[in-house]
Amino acid sequence: MNDKSSADTLVVTPPGAEPASQEPVEKNVSTFRLVATLAVAGILAGMLIAMVNEHTKPIIDAYRAEQLRIAVYEVLPGAARYTTFYLVDGELNPTLPDGAKEVEYKRVYVGFNEEGGPVGVAVSRGESGFQDVVMIILGFDPVGGKLTGMKVLESKETPGLGDKIFKDKAFVDQFFAGPELPLVSVKAGSGKGEPNEIDSITGATISSKTVTRIINNAVEEWMPLLQQGIPEDEQP
Amino acid sequence: MNDSSIRVTASPHVRSAESTTRIMWSVVYSLAPVVAASIWFFGPSAVLVLLASVAGCLITERLFGSVRSSLADGSAMITGLLLGLTLPPGFPLWMAFLGGAFGMAFGKLIFGGLGQNVFNPALLGRAFLQAAFPVAITTWPSKPESWWTLQGDNLALPLMSPVVDAATEATPLGNLKFGDNPVITPLTDLLFGTTAGSLGETSAVLLLLGGLYLAFRGHLNWHIPVSILVTVYALSGLFYVIGISQFPPLFMLFSGGLMLGAFYMATDMVTSPVTNKGCWLFGIGIGALVVVIRIWGGLPEGVMYAILLMNALVPFINRATQPRKFGSPPRRVAEKKKEGGP
Amino acid sequence: MPRETTPAQDLIRGIWEENPVLIQMLGLCPALAVTNTVKNALAMSAATFFVICCSSVLVSSCKRFIPREVRISAYILVIATFVTLADMMLQAYAPVQHKELGAFIALIVVNCMILGRQEAFSSKNTVLRSLLDAIGTGIGFTIALLMLGGFREILGIGTFFDIPLFGSNFEPWVVFVLPAGGFLTLGFIILGMGYFEERKKAGNAA
Repeated sequence: MNDKSSADTLVVTPPGAEPASQEPVEKNVSTFRLVATLAVAGILAGMLIAMVNEHTKPIIDAYRAEQLRIAVYEVLPGAARYTTFYLVDGELNPTLPDGAKEVEYKRVYVGFNEEGGPVGVAVSRGESGFQDVVMIILGFDPVGGKLTGMKVLESKETPGLGDKIFKDKAFVDQFFAGPELPLVSVKAGSGKGEPNEIDSITGATISSKTVTRIINNAVEEWMPLLQQGIPEDEQP
Repeated sequence: MNDSSIRVTASPHVRSAESTTRIMWSVVYSLAPVVAASIWFFGPSAVLVLLASVAGCLITERLFGSVRSSLADGSAMITGLLLGLTLPPGFPLWMAFLGGAFGMAFGKLIFGGLGQNVFNPALLGRAFLQAAFPVAITTWPSKPESWWTLQGDNLALPLMSPVVDAATEATPLGNLKFGDNPVITPLTDLLFGTTAGSLGETSAVLLLLGGLYLAFRGHLNWHIPVSILVTVYALSGLFYVIGISQFPPLFMLFSGGLMLGAFYMATDMVTSPVTNKGCWLFGIGIGALVVVIRIWGGLPEGVMYAILLMNALVPFINRATQPRKFGSPPRRVAEKKKEGGP
Repeated sequence: MPRETTPAQDLIRGIWEENPVLIQMLGLCPALAVTNTVKNALAMSAATFFVICCSSVLVSSCKRFIPREVRISAYILVIATFVTLADMMLQAYAPVQHKELGAFIALIVVNCMILGRQEAFSSKNTVLRSLLDAIGTGIGFTIALLMLGGFREILGIGTFFDIPLFGSNFEPWVVFVLPAGGFLTLGFIILGMGYFEERKKAGNAA
């Protein structure tokens, strides 16, 4: 951007006045110069972004990790700590193979109590709801076959109706009451008192059913693997 | 504003007793049995909801309408009545009033008043209410013990939420689509209106009678309701037979707001096509959309959106179905001529 | 029509008379998409304000070095850089707002209001005047977004800046929180402005 040699070929309009006519001022600007200008500008921009990224990335990552931590403890009420296990070649592994990218692996968060015994497993899963993908993290106890909690991470469900899946305390509380799996969504008040019933929200049946469907699918996906044995605590 | 200048046209002049005012009021009369039935089924709540929506329309027309389009032509009255008939009996009155005012102001007056609007104002008002208050407009209280009891929370204060603690009931369509143990409501219930639903969507027989009266008087173009109903029956029958949908075709015809929509909303003279051919296209489009929305949509009922969407297409339908001038060559020949030069 | 403007006019012009959203109808995508609450409107305005000011200053100070042929690419590059910076900083320091605004932060790049100011003003004027122009435009944008956000939050949620206005029993007009409400509100505001404009004209004529 410091190419001053050709600056004299530019006409600088006096301040405040719009140019009377838009005459082409430069007749022959070499292609090299066009490319070079953009390249230099691009390099400068990239450096600037890299610098700021260096500064903000740790903060962003820390925030994300904190949010995840809060969510995992929320859906696994009895957990004192948890360990992330990645699904590597059909087995749960607390570490990734060398050079592997974290985002490419499915994972579960296994919660342990003070004594190091497993209390439950948390997984996150997204499926399409009424508007867009609903992202949920859920905790369940693979041994007892019960749900321990559910938190909606992302949702664009209709404000005032579908968003009750995370704003309506009565609805959310049902998932923390230890319902048996798999869940069944029933119309509010019409349940038979079975231990796996979830009363859906009046007027937001689709959103309610999305939540139970996601939970059931997630459990169905992970249960066979977890029933072979929940991984041991890494740090006793 | 040169309306006061005298227009002179050449004779002969045909004298007709028909006038906008006459047609409009005969529509109002034809709605009388439906209104009476809604009062019979839902009690004083029906009266209040209808009055509120009519008041919303009349007051808005009076305040913002041009001087000439007085209230006397009855069009505002019809909009109010039709809107009221699409609302559930326990609907808060302030919302009904707001819906009427919105439909009138933004469905009709903003386009320049009667005859200029693109969308059916009553349905536009309802679409606004559906988007603004999705819970209130889909709450159908169960029948109260006494006829005199107000349903739901009609008297909720303006801007305040209605308090509905009474038991609610699903409409036949909602029940079949979202219910836990879907039941196909018997046809007799649908025909005579002993089901939950909006004020005017319960009794199919009375709507049919009112529609027939209007068609007989020539105040509605019978092509539109016939094409809508035939399309709905044929399409839903097809899907039912193949096994894609759980809605039997006759249930489709007589449930929800289809009758009200087909006879009173879609046939609005301003927002429907001019030619009979266009009316068939229009009706087939509405019927197909209704079936698609009811079977695959996120809502139990789709008549309102079907009609509004087709309203938007009316100018295009009119252009496509423009009849040939008498004596002029068929369009294809005319185009060829144009291409080939003079 | 040659126009001589004073620096003060550069500043004031964009605020009301040539308001980017309400008069010029530019930048409507963010104006409609993320103005369902005052807070979101403010966050979007702040990000846009940052981007337009920085871009205008940089473009006007580098105008000598940017060949005409690639000027649009260069402007976009400058704008995109600042948008990325704004995106990262919002994510780091206002993560809740960042989540609410989502992809619309990145979409500031294609906000034609910003590109328009570069092409129409910054590329032809001094740094100081470009900055004044950018500040004026940014304020105008902010005012429009706050009007939209305020209206939509009051009716759609019943609060203003998270402060409840009508008590707990308020029935929210859900439509105003949804995208459709953005179109309705913008229509209402422009209708109101047109109405008063007509009245003023009629008053002047009489």
